[in-house]
Amino acid sequence: MKNRFALLSLLGGGGGLGKVQELIREIRVGRVMTTSLFTVAPDALMSELKELMRGHHISGVPVVENGALAGIVSIEDLIHALEAAKLDSPVCDFMTSSNLIVARATEPIMEAVRRFEATKIGRMPVLDTQGKLVGILTRGDIIEALLTALQEVYGEAERIQDHPDYFFEALESDSTSLVLRYNVKHLDFARGGDASAKIKQALLRIGALPVLARRVAIATYEAEINLIIHTDNGGTITADIKPYEISVLAEDRGPGIEDVELARQPGFSTATSEVREMGFGAGMGLVNIDRCTDDMSIWSALGIGTRLQMIFRVSPEEAKRNGND
Amino acid sequence: MNLKEVIDIIEGELLVDAPVDIDICNACCSDLMSDVLMFVKPNMLLITGLTNPQSVRTADMAEAPILVFARGKHPSAETLALAEELGIAVVLSAYTMFETAGLLYEAGLRGLGKLPIVRQR
Repeated sequence: MKNRFALLSLLGGGGGLGKVQELIREIRVGRVMTTSLFTVAPDALMSELKELMRGHHISGVPVVENGALAGIVSIEDLIHALEAAKLDSPVCDFMTSSNLIVARATEPIMEAVRRFEATKIGRMPVLDTQGKLVGILTRGDIIEALLTALQEVYGEAERIQDHPDYFFEALESDSTSLVLRYNVKHLDFARGGDASAKIKQALLRIGALPVLARRVAIATYEAEINLIIHTDNGGTITADIKPYEISVLAEDRGPGIEDVELARQPGFSTATSEVREMGFGAGMGLVNIDRCTDDMSIWSALGIGTRLQMIFRVSPEEAKRNGND
Repeated sequence: MNLKEVIDIIEGELLVDAPVDIDICNACCSDLMSDVLMFVKPNMLLITGLTNPQSVRTADMAEAPILVFARGKHPSAETLALAEELGIAVVLSAYTMFETAGLLYEAGLRGLGKLPIVRQR
């Protein structure tokens, strides 16, 4: 899991704290504020305010006069009125009307968070660019918005981990693929299998089914050994990984195969006895590759080189086979 | 059959330990790596007389968790290091390949049964 994250972050992929920070910077007050709000007029009575607050479980109400914000009245103001036994007084006697702290619908919530921190108030009326009251913002609204954002970020990260296909889908192009290239040296038996093992590892890391990774690895390993045994100067292996198809190309610059059809026969081999002692040259390499691939083609010309292409299709059936394996 | 039972049956020496918590049911015996790759299935025991690192590579590709070297051929340090790296258990048997296989077969391990006949031109 850690590795997958590393892979994604290398490619500038999503997930992690960076995305959360970005969200906090980007989310505007207008998106998280409560818009279905209750207001009172300045001449409403504190007893009416008490009923409104109790009936709707709210703790602060903007005071609006002729459509404009005139102040804010909170549960603390109501307690003051109760203590003074002045529930029959108008709201304007108890509301806060000067130095009103407000939020703007267009500002980032980070700004509002700072104001909450600095003033210790519980809520802010929200004004639009024309100064019209459009909502109310509480600390709870902000926490809720951040939790939702976090959930989205982690949900996305989880989706990518569970279904690496999303990783490919997240990158837009007409056809996205991951390309891995390896150089294989002539007679380098010590490192023989390195490229195949790494391709297998990469496939498993991006979430390929083990049964698919295995047949790609076995076919590629045979091709890799062929490059080690049969070439003049080694060759290259290129794996082109798409969500629904994997293509592995083994190429060399000679000597080339004299009779490709003969080379494909089971048991045919031109390997030296030295190579046979290493456990290779049984003449089953190409037969085995054919068995592991969905499609293979060999192009070869004497004195020029050989090009072996192996295609592996990722079928939904493979998922079933994996389960039964 | 687990790793310890394999060692007991063939009176083998454990050269590389690995956490093999799989019940082994099948084995494959060959010095030709392509043959192994052709027929082997995951979680089989691999018996071979080929002691170079390619035997370990092949075991890795074939997903064989235990590799047994027969006829007392002690593999090179390089081979053992690769097995260690890839997490493959390595056991050395002083018996020949035929006898190593025979002892394990007698104890209940099985092969792949009959395979289709492949004719050469």
